[in-house]
Amino acid sequence: MSETLTATTIIDPIDRDVALESATPIVIVGHVDHGKSTLIGRLLYDTNNLEDGKVAQILESSKKRGLAIEWSFLLDSLQIERDQGVTVDSTRIPFRLGNRQFVIVDAPGHRQFLRNMITGAADADAAVLVVDANEGAQEQTRRHAMLLRLIGIRHIVVLLNKVDLLDFDEQKVRAVENSVTELLTQLELTPSLFVPASARDGDNIASRSERSPWYKGPILTEALAAVPDGNIRATLPFRLPVQDVYRFDDKRYVVGRIERGTLRVGDELTIGSQGSTARVAAIERWSAPERKDASAGESVALVLEPDVIPARGDFLFAPHQAPEKSARIRANLFWLRQEPLRVGETFRLRLATAEHQVTVASIDSVVRLDDLTTQQSDEVPPEGFAEITLVAGEAILFDPFSPGTSDGRGVLVDRNQRIVGGAPLLGPATLAAGSHAIHPSGGEVSGSERARGKGHKARVIWLTGLSGAGKSTIARLAERKLWADGIDACVLDGDTLRMGLCSDLGFTEADRHENVRRAAEVARILAQTGQVVIVALISPLEADRGLARRIAGVAFDEVFVDTSLATCEERDSKGLYRAAREGKIENFTGISAPYEAPAKPDLHIIADKSNAEQNAVTLTDYILRKIR
Amino acid sequence: MDHLDQLEAQSVFILREAYRKLKPLAMLWSLGKDSNVMIWLARKAFLGRVPFPVMHVDTEKKFPEMYKFRDEYTKKWNLDLQLGYCPPVEEMDPTLPPAARSAARKTAGLAAMIEKHKLQGVIAGIRRDEQGTRAKERVFSPRGASHKWDIRNQPPEFWDQYATPHEDGVHIRVHPLLAWREIDIWRYVEREGIPLVDLYFARNGKRYRSLGDQDITSPIESNASTLAEVITELETTRTSERAGRAMDHESEDAFERLRVAGYL
Repeated sequence: MSETLTATTIIDPIDRDVALESATPIVIVGHVDHGKSTLIGRLLYDTNNLEDGKVAQILESSKKRGLAIEWSFLLDSLQIERDQGVTVDSTRIPFRLGNRQFVIVDAPGHRQFLRNMITGAADADAAVLVVDANEGAQEQTRRHAMLLRLIGIRHIVVLLNKVDLLDFDEQKVRAVENSVTELLTQLELTPSLFVPASARDGDNIASRSERSPWYKGPILTEALAAVPDGNIRATLPFRLPVQDVYRFDDKRYVVGRIERGTLRVGDELTIGSQGSTARVAAIERWSAPERKDASAGESVALVLEPDVIPARGDFLFAPHQAPEKSARIRANLFWLRQEPLRVGETFRLRLATAEHQVTVASIDSVVRLDDLTTQQSDEVPPEGFAEITLVAGEAILFDPFSPGTSDGRGVLVDRNQRIVGGAPLLGPATLAAGSHAIHPSGGEVSGSERARGKGHKARVIWLTGLSGAGKSTIARLAERKLWADGIDACVLDGDTLRMGLCSDLGFTEADRHENVRRAAEVARILAQTGQVVIVALISPLEADRGLARRIAGVAFDEVFVDTSLATCEERDSKGLYRAAREGKIENFTGISAPYEAPAKPDLHIIADKSNAEQNAVTLTDYILRKIR
Repeated sequence: MDHLDQLEAQSVFILREAYRKLKPLAMLWSLGKDSNVMIWLARKAFLGRVPFPVMHVDTEKKFPEMYKFRDEYTKKWNLDLQLGYCPPVEEMDPTLPPAARSAARKTAGLAAMIEKHKLQGVIAGIRRDEQGTRAKERVFSPRGASHKWDIRNQPPEFWDQYATPHEDGVHIRVHPLLAWREIDIWRYVEREGIPLVDLYFARNGKRYRSLGDQDITSPIESNASTLAEVITELETTRTSERAGRAMDHESEDAFERLRVAGYL
């Protein structure tokens, strides 16, 4: 190609240092057709932020569709957007105002594109909420305002657009202003400013309008220039969610992004899941000046001493500055799925780099979008907002959601790895005195609803066998395999029960009977929440196992972990057989108390024929056949 | 942290997410300035190495300087270079305008590479400020079995939580440079000392601002023959970067059609 493109226009060169400052992201939100894209087009044009030829391009595209000039075509670059006059997906465009860099995020106003609105808005520092002064706040105005609160944007400028339709009448404009203020106050949002404007004509956008002489406040560009760009993250207690662990050239690196605080070589860090501590031996960088510290926002590679191996999702923090820890968490929710959310559904909760399996234990209140009040409801409607309680199988380390930080940014993901909601975590949930975590029979969510939510049926799998037969080991391995398969499974094992729930019981026949009864009751309650419960309990007596079956109901399998007494005694991992032989333990099954082997178990695992791993596979396969 | 530090940290985070979650993974290397920056960022992320293959989908119509650059830096940077080739233009959609039809060869070549290596992740160096449809992209952009970009149905992406492939045949385009602007790329090249093909620098009053196939790429008038001069030129320029890329401008929807079909 021989032609050469022609020269460039000269604009004021900007100061290098200023250009190296980071850009402040500002999201433009509001109801569909209230003029968001037009506002941005006008803003870019009036502030000289458009490339040469762009206006001519827009004019041509507008003419083709029989329009005078359609500013929104600047951002609505997709054919479907131009043909239908609607923004489908959000766009980000760099924008310079005087000495400051911004990124303008154009978010779609249509309800069906809510997920795209959030995609655009989630990391903004401030928002411009565009309200058609003639129409006032509409459903998407309320929805977007609610979202601004939930995603943590606190700095809000309200642009009252199309005031030309109100003839720039001060009284009429103030009336709209009052109604919007009322709405935002309900959401505990305080707009920093109301700007009366006409985006199409450019009134009070980048230049003061002569048509609104009564308005003395800042025009839009002045309001944007006043947006604070304070970054508080570096001054908060240190947090690093582990992203990955690499081993290159015999050296191990723990990598991740510092979300808060600062770190120095030599600092002591607690590794969340392990509770152990390690020292930062080095902060490694490639092709960069060596520095002994790093702070919030940096992606780092750490060498720890001792050479511990955290896992992805592990939280690193300074000792004595631990985050919250709870298995029950209250959370706000913005729900993005097209079907309602119901109690009992199970998701993966992504929190920074961690992932936890959680169940929606309760829906505590749901927001009514027509007046923003809350109400009781047993479901969250599509694209609705609610406060919910999530329950996890293990305690989760987290910091409660806080605007301006990345704390508590929970995201719910379904079985197909789809993001279905955002869940800013509020804090640990406690059970009110006298209330029950689980609905008694006749609860509001049926077993079949839970099964649908989880994608599998609930079941109690009862492992019986001698002490040392390998019940708990097989149960734990199977639990892990089921979990990896997306099955909500848990293990109740004898020793654990005796540590807490049954700590008052001994080993007499009556106490053993009571131990079995309690275990069966707990298993039943867990199964009612939709889980697969693997019980690992010696349960030596046929009659007691029969009782367990009656308590748990029909979805019950008796699994005989059959290891010969000789093998168990030889293993004697806990030293119990020796103690029993020496008479130090009374009523020891197989030695001084009977073990009644099941006559007809639902599954018979001859455990000393294979290793624990193979036995776990046998058990897992059996369970999967039963629950799918 | 200044603006470049922030961009670098975010890109490193994205590359590490991709490396952790997508297997097999590869990075596209067009030999242009953006993909050189991308390789540099990968070396930042992985302590000096690029732990996955680097792929060049070769139209065999690049400038000779670009091939020379490729061979030199494959060795210097110790890259696992994989080459892909593009079918002849006659096999491309005849309803596309001529330059777009020529560019579509690259889409086909890329699709063949993805199939051949059964890639789950493809890292590409596109930026939002280059072109309107690229501005609507996700950092992790899922592509179905036909490699099509479903622009009406992009997944939500917020709080650094990215889409993950959940079924066979789906691959993810990873875009670590999405938030970078052209000027950021140049300032980073200057700061880090990243080598570039010298076609970017003016000779006889002309230079290339964006590099593609020889027959559908035009130079601009410029006297900027050093990095500092290019940066100064860009600071005062108002024409679009891709003005010299013919396939963007033949018709309003030409580039969108290319991208929906799987072009970068």
